[in-house]
Amino acid sequence: MIEIENLTVVFGDSDNRVTAVDGVSLKVAAGESFGLVGESGSGKSTILRAVAGLADSTGSIVINGQKQGRKRDRNFYSQVQMVFQDPFGSLHPKHTIDRILTEPLVVHDVPDREAKVRAVLDQVQLGPSFRFRYPHQLSGGQRQRIAIARALILRPKIILLDEPTSALDVSIQAEVLNLLDDIRNELGVTYLMVSHDLGVVAHMCRRFAVMRQGKVVEVADSRHLGTGTLEHAYSRQLLVASKGYDRAVIDAFADL
Amino acid sequence: MTDTPVLEVRNLNVRFDTPKGEFHAVKDVNFTMGREKLAIVGESGSGKTQTGRAILGLTQGHITADKMAFHGTNLLDLAPAQWREIRGKRIAMVMQDPKYSLNPVMTIGDQLIEAGKRLLGTDGAHKRALEMLEAVKIRDPKRVFNAWPHELSGGMGQRAMIAMMLMAEPELLIADEPTSALDVTVRLQVLAILDDLVKTRDMGLVFISHDLNLVRTFADRVLIMYGGRVVEELPAKDLMNATHPYTRGLLACAPEVDRPTKRLATLTRDPAWAQSPGGTR
Amino acid sequence: MISASLRSWLLSDTPDSRFQARAGRFYLGWLTFAKNPLAMLGLIILVLLVVMAVFASWISPHDPLFGNLEDRLLPPSGKFWLGTDENGRDIFSRIVFGARTTLYIIGLVAVTAAPIGLLIGTTAGYVGGWVETGLMRLTDAFLAFPKLILALAFAAALGAGLENAVLAIALTAWPPYARIARAETLTVRGSDYLAAARMTGAGGWRILFGHIMPMCIPSLIVRVSLDMAGIILIAAGLGFLGLGVAPPQPEWGSMVSEGRSQILEQWWVCTYPGIAICIVSLGFNLIGDGLRDVLDPRGK
Repeated sequence: MIEIENLTVVFGDSDNRVTAVDGVSLKVAAGESFGLVGESGSGKSTILRAVAGLADSTGSIVINGQKQGRKRDRNFYSQVQMVFQDPFGSLHPKHTIDRILTEPLVVHDVPDREAKVRAVLDQVQLGPSFRFRYPHQLSGGQRQRIAIARALILRPKIILLDEPTSALDVSIQAEVLNLLDDIRNELGVTYLMVSHDLGVVAHMCRRFAVMRQGKVVEVADSRHLGTGTLEHAYSRQLLVASKGYDRAVIDAFADL
Repeated sequence: MTDTPVLEVRNLNVRFDTPKGEFHAVKDVNFTMGREKLAIVGESGSGKTQTGRAILGLTQGHITADKMAFHGTNLLDLAPAQWREIRGKRIAMVMQDPKYSLNPVMTIGDQLIEAGKRLLGTDGAHKRALEMLEAVKIRDPKRVFNAWPHELSGGMGQRAMIAMMLMAEPELLIADEPTSALDVTVRLQVLAILDDLVKTRDMGLVFISHDLNLVRTFADRVLIMYGGRVVEELPAKDLMNATHPYTRGLLACAPEVDRPTKRLATLTRDPAWAQSPGGTR
Repeated sequence: MISASLRSWLLSDTPDSRFQARAGRFYLGWLTFAKNPLAMLGLIILVLLVVMAVFASWISPHDPLFGNLEDRLLPPSGKFWLGTDENGRDIFSRIVFGARTTLYIIGLVAVTAAPIGLLIGTTAGYVGGWVETGLMRLTDAFLAFPKLILALAFAAALGAGLENAVLAIALTAWPPYARIARAETLTVRGSDYLAAARMTGAGGWRILFGHIMPMCIPSLIVRVSLDMAGIILIAAGLGFLGLGVAPPQPEWGSMVSEGRSQILEQWWVCTYPGIAICIVSLGFNLIGDGLRDVLDPRGK
């Protein structure tokens, strides 16, 4: 479904170049949920943006058998959608929920908009009373549901999830992750999910890639997280760190 | 723990006037702490941050309390001049994001000296600044001393912030989500610095966090807040055996690597949690 | 003032229709605005100006265009409330009719200069590259001249007359709006909601008009209302120099100009139109300040 070959993303001009993604190759099968983990600056979110066409890249990105060029056509966006990290920043502050959800339908000239908006609000368990509110009248979890609804409304095959729950409280995170799980079961969409939380990745994804400084250091099965049988020392360090505070092991942390 | 408590809080309330009426952010909070790591945990809106700020009188809301004593001094009775002797000197605070807490137009070194000048004199403060940068495990203290805030990474900035707070050797440090903006490994390294400081300098630490897992492994004691109230108080090591349904619910809904579940538990909130004082004294 | 049920309908957090959502938003803004007494004073001044312009023929006691030469340069009295000018025309009546000219000028400038500036600024900010460089250098070129001088040059080149004066003022008024619009665009350009808009497959125009402009309009409205005072003064200046309204049409600036030779003996001839300019300018400034509290997204 998603095939990335030798993807490289460089920011900045000639004096000030930052290679955010450095020759990454990945394959995600249809219906699979694939995780990208790593610390900030590892390039995991940049990969999503490159796939989405929001960042210029070199290398090849093949979506559903179609090689993508620099500019994505409208059809691409009916297949690939994205949910952003910050639910406070990804909804236009001056648009009602109704407008936010209707816009993709207008752009793609889909009929029956009214019914579709109601249906998708139901699907993200918000109900019609939310339809004419503004984003500032919603809580973080509700906003993220709207963002998911917006991503769903065109019935895409792939949803890119950029830390979809990292700005939410754990109890809300659980609800949103369950919702994403339901959507996957119901519609068979493919997820490419970025997270810094190994617990979230272990819960949502079968396979994941560990990234560091723009490169993939390891692609592993998420069962290996539970057993701790990761190959690369950096991945193991991330795993240990995710288990909480242990004074004894911290001095052993190295800048691997 | 030693004889006199570092901080004793009795029936702390914080209220805000809003256009939609009064908002009661902190309700009847009680706790006593010594030279230990006390964690205040809760979700957003639980009142944990307001509790921390109320101790330093740094909230916009109205604070009322029967008692809020720091080494026996009632903080509620202090005149502004007396507050200045305590705030930043004997009680210091570290905020979530170093980007907004460090002055962008002063070098780190100047800010550290500024923080310690009145106590130590400029020369003394200069010397101590370098010591403190070393104490927070910054590898090249000289470079960081001369650096501007924007030249530092998040982890470095937060370490510099902690170093600044330590210039005056505070007896109590209030840390509001000091590591949430940091990557996991850096987060643990910064926590290790705080941990060592509590041990070696006999400092009390109020650690405000939303991360139960982190708190469980880091703190000595935990207060769990919900809707402005402390619903449960217990030693951190017993957190897994918490009895309050809210605490148990929070623990259950976090996905963990070694405890895979098909479906995450969700929290069903009971309005009664925020109504009646729960937990133990 | 407003019934309780209407109020709760407006302030509802769960509106049932697009219209209710919009009306609620507007009402909340109004509540903020109304809390500011100075802004309300500004609004009252504006309303009075509009009333004066609309009902000028009923309000003014005398003919504004033709006076009786026997009545020339009379001081304020029961018959001529604010006195008469050297052609024997009633100054009060001329001020009342002059309100029409003033409103006409500021209205026309606002609906021409602001959209031009908005379009140029947002396009420059969103498209970037050489388009931005080109548009912003053009803006800078206009900004390099003092406003009044530039307006004078245009007005002189276009010839005297009200329409040309408006055109000249509009040509000099847009560059600051373009600057503001571009600055606002740059702050939202990297936002997630614009990325999300692009992810819907929306084209450049849809994003520009539907997503970027709504974010720029509030600060632009504030700026325009604050600029109104300046525009009135420039229009008055052009009128004063004889490049504005053709006589005998009453215009406050030219009235001041006509009275300047008698300023010591017949002070009322130029003082009262001057006071009118002053009050209206102040009114717009107060409204602008009030609107800033309502519209500035950073205020909340």
